Amino acid sequence: MSDFLAAQDSAGHEHAQPRSDQNRSLWGDVRYELMRNPVFWVSSVLVLVILSMAFAPQLWAETSPTARGACRLENARVEPSAAHPFGYTNAGCDMWSSLVYGTGKSVIVAILVTIGTVIVGVTLGTVAGYVGGFADTVISRVTDIFFGLPFILGALVFLAIFPDRNVWTLTAVLTMFGWTSLTRVMRGSVISTKQKDYVDAARALGATNFFIIRKHILANSIAPVIVLATIGLGAYISAEATLTFLGVGYQRPTVSWGLLVAEGQNLALAGFWHLLVLPCAFIVVTVLSFILLGDALRDALDPRAR
Amino acid sequence: MSADMTETEQVTEDTGDDVVLEVRDVKKHFPLTRGIVFKRTVGHVQAVDGVTLQLERGETLGVVGESGCGKSTFGRLLMGLERPTAGSIKLLGEEMAGLDARGLRRMRRNIQIVLQDPYSSLDPRMTVGDIVGEPYDVHTDVVPKQDRRKAVQDLLDVVGLNPEHINRYPHQFSGGQRQRIGIARALALRPKILVCDEPVSALDVSVQAQVVNLLERLQDELGLSYVFIAHDLSVVRHISDRIAVMYLGKVVEIGDEMEIYEHPTHPYTQALLSAVPVPDPRLRGHRDHIVLEGDVPSPANPPSGCRFRTRCWKAEDVCAKEEPQLVVRGPSGHLSACHFAEERDVIHAIDIPTSAADDDGSGDPSPGSVAPGPTA
Amino acid sequence: MSEILTETERRSNKSPLSGVSFDGSAPLLEVEDLEVEFHTRDGIAHAVNNVSFTLREGETLGILGESGCGKSVTAQAIMGILDTPPAKVTGGQVRYRGVDLLQLEEKTRRHIRANKIAIIFQDALSSLNPVFTVGWQLGELYRKHAGASRAQAKSKAVELLDLVGIPGAPARINSFPHQFSGGMRQRVMIAMALALEPDIIIADEPTTALDVTVQAQVMTLLSDLQREMRLGLILITHDMGVVADVADKICVMYAGHAVERADVYEIYERPAHPYTKALLESIPRVDQKGQDLTVIKGLPPALVDPPPGCSFHPRCAFARDRCTTDEPPLYEVPGNRLSACHYWEEVLES
Ligand SMILES: Nc1ncnc2c1ncn2[C@@H]1O[C@H](COP(=O)(O)OP(=O)(O)O)[C@@H](O)[C@H]1O
Ligand SMILES: Nc1ncnc2c1ncn2[C@@H]1O[C@H](COP(=O)(O)OP(=O)(O)O)[C@@H](O)[C@H]1O
Ligand code: SF4
Ligand SMILES: [Mg+2]
Ligand SMILES: [Mg+2]
Repeated sequence: MSDFLAAQDSAGHEHAQPRSDQNRSLWGDVRYELMRNPVFWVSSVLVLVILSMAFAPQLWAETSPTARGACRLENARVEPSAAHPFGYTNAGCDMWSSLVYGTGKSVIVAILVTIGTVIVGVTLGTVAGYVGGFADTVISRVTDIFFGLPFILGALVFLAIFPDRNVWTLTAVLTMFGWTSLTRVMRGSVISTKQKDYVDAARALGATNFFIIRKHILANSIAPVIVLATIGLGAYISAEATLTFLGVGYQRPTVSWGLLVAEGQNLALAGFWHLLVLPCAFIVVTVLSFILLGDALRDALDPRAR
Repeated sequence: MSADMTETEQVTEDTGDDVVLEVRDVKKHFPLTRGIVFKRTVGHVQAVDGVTLQLERGETLGVVGESGCGKSTFGRLLMGLERPTAGSIKLLGEEMAGLDARGLRRMRRNIQIVLQDPYSSLDPRMTVGDIVGEPYDVHTDVVPKQDRRKAVQDLLDVVGLNPEHINRYPHQFSGGQRQRIGIARALALRPKILVCDEPVSALDVSVQAQVVNLLERLQDELGLSYVFIAHDLSVVRHISDRIAVMYLGKVVEIGDEMEIYEHPTHPYTQALLSAVPVPDPRLRGHRDHIVLEGDVPSPANPPSGCRFRTRCWKAEDVCAKEEPQLVVRGPSGHLSACHFAEERDVIHAIDIPTSAADDDGSGDPSPGSVAPGPTA
Repeated sequence: MSEILTETERRSNKSPLSGVSFDGSAPLLEVEDLEVEFHTRDGIAHAVNNVSFTLREGETLGILGESGCGKSVTAQAIMGILDTPPAKVTGGQVRYRGVDLLQLEEKTRRHIRANKIAIIFQDALSSLNPVFTVGWQLGELYRKHAGASRAQAKSKAVELLDLVGIPGAPARINSFPHQFSGGMRQRVMIAMALALEPDIIIADEPTTALDVTVQAQVMTLLSDLQREMRLGLILITHDMGVVADVADKICVMYAGHAVERADVYEIYERPAHPYTKALLESIPRVDQKGQDLTVIKGLPPALVDPPPGCSFHPRCAFARDRCTTDEPPLYEVPGNRLSACHYWEEVLES
């Protein structure tokens, strides 16, 4: 480096000052934007509540509806009262604790499916977008085919094959039908990142493809995937409920929102409105929270908004 | 120097020690494809089509031409960012085409690139320190890990940035400063050659001089050779020792700065030079104005013979039939690819009565040059 | 040209200009103390401050300055096409033949905008409608504004394309904008601007996106037409070479201020403002070799937070203490020129 040091003494170059003094990375900017957005605060508080219900239901309700003696048939379908504002389920369990303890089953599937689709989507999307050529053609066509399959029908068919259905079967089937949109988004995002000059500059330095993907492509392409995956989390919660409702999801004695809705469907018309409305409201609020959170992220991540 | 330069151009057999880069008949044809599932090639874009030239140690070679003439593709070929369709590129005497991945990586330390767009050439999610230090992540043996920060700060200082700004992000800098960051990154591996693809085109006028002067200073201090690609002929003249004029993938004229600017012989060079505006209103109507008709034809389907003939006012039948070779033509003795190569001074004011010099070159004394210009 | 009088407005038959009396002896366009602000998240950006100039028939005024100095905003304020908000014209007058356009109703302004003052933008592709043919877009102007029939409009369109030197005009009117090259599109833009025979054309960086050879074609065309039709032309550019070739007088802008105004010959020979002088010395010339390029240190200021005093002082080679506190007025310089520098005499002499 000695000749470099020698080169410094050159007269007359003053140090140009950067424009802004705040030292913020792009992610720092995103955080700043999020902090200023009330939608983000509302939705993320709701999401935190939902997640804590999923993973620590005992914080929200004392007894699990599956605990011995928790449900009594004499309480069946008792309507909301001051002592039990959510009333009782058809089986005579406390509705509030059923909903709280049902959260886990719904949310865990959604989280697993999101992890699964993100892994598949980011991997395939990156390969298709970065490698291009034949790999891209194959991946894109397969994606198109899966994208064309009717989601609910396909899921019904597959799930009907499995005799006993649990978290894993649901996750597998939802992932199988859910990876396509993330793959497409990631592919498009990677293609546009790949054309950036800094990728050329890295190639000119002799960087390997793996290095470029790791250092440049992933970080600069992931934003739309994060947004879509967040919104997807909400969508998978309602997908689980839908499939369970249709009879191919969770089975009793598991407690899940979909099962509660299925149960309440018939009885609501008989006058027990809370059996249907309360689980539906939980699902709607949850889905909405994730969609709003996704929207807030999109606004913060979109450089055009600035 | 110019005399034996042309010697070596023609007799490319023996290469002196001073030649750092030797390009011979290099071509890059991009396939034009149709169809999505079953791609078929329906033609080729002849982006670079047979370029031969050399670069000497410490020299600046300017490459000029209209957009779409293949200048950037040529630069990318030199960098190994594109594989040539044909031809040879020798870097410091070593053939690039024959190298495996490791060899290529090693050779890359000798040649680096500065890109045009100061916005897309820096990763927005990395700090300046990470960007300038990236070469050391790729070539881990150059600087030991504990010395990297210091090395990066030295580089920032060399290009006139405050070394304390190592933790800032690119969007906190202006265009000119970002270009300096790009230059620092390119210098990190201490290359012998820098390919600059329109390094100042995207900058404000008052900032261009800062970067041009920086490049000149670095050349003096580090003994760099430059391939300076630009469409601004004024900047190219200022910085270059020799200039290659490209048209539709071919070099149509090459020579030292005096030969190209004061004694151009190719009609395309003459037209380009005469179109460059000069910031001096007194020259109004006293300059030789050659107004070319139309635009550059598509490189997917270039004209036969001389590629410039469709816009050339001198063209005759032979131009369509026979491709003019790049050989020494005219008294100044530099290479030109025109059947009717003839010197014409286009950048200096011609002192003739204002009335006669209205819009075209009708006052031009050189015989055979018909005044062109389609305008009313 | 995008705004066009609606059918009803034309039918209502009362000329939108009724009640407006132009003074034929007044200059074509007088801009006086124009001020434009932008309300942004970071504060108020003073994009145009006290800018004044006059344009007469057959005259070409060059507005010169770096990007972000307020050239386009000035042009848009004259045209009345600023987006308000965020922009706000906070002061000054824009007089067309003695009538202050800023005081007119929107309807009247739109009429003047279509018929008297036209603008050409740098990016022709985005100023043309991609889904209509070029001929249709040209003809539309005649149908809407002059009430021409389809056939008349079509023949007018051909005539115009011919005028701007597009070869094979009768066939080309059926092409879409993207089927033209950059230079040809800029010719189409010029044709659109000329369609309703305006008195003034504002060309905002018309050749910045073009190659030099094509730039030469377009500039030759523009100045030929300007001379023939005795148009007032405002040529906005950052290229000192382009204006030197065609302008009669120059207005140099820096950070939203008009810092120097003078006849083109004088300003290039003996600039009276340090910024103009530094710019001229910092650009290489194609007809010279071995010049030392003078570097203008630093960057143009942010318009939200301009430096106190003279906004050029942090970069100025002539600056003294006074420059950091007193904002220089436009001093009158002999030879009918103006310079916003306290030390203009020194600059002239250096
Ligand atoms: N990757 C590519 N694929 C196909 N055509 C290309 C590619 N890169 C460049 N070209 C074409 O090659 C020609 C030369 O381009 P380029 O080298 O960028 O010219 P310049 O830098 O002189 O403007 C252009 O016509 C361009 O469209
Ligand atoms: N839409 C806008 N919002 C906020 N500020 C703007 C907007 N448009 C222009 N400005 C401000 O006005 C200044 C002048 O812009 P402009 O006239 O476009 O510059 P130029 O001289 O390059 O044409 C800019 O530096 C910017 O601060
Ligand atoms: S060879 Fe012919 S067509 Fe080509 S430049 Fe010379 S005269 Fe013109
Ligand atoms: Mg290029
Ligand atoms: Mg502008």
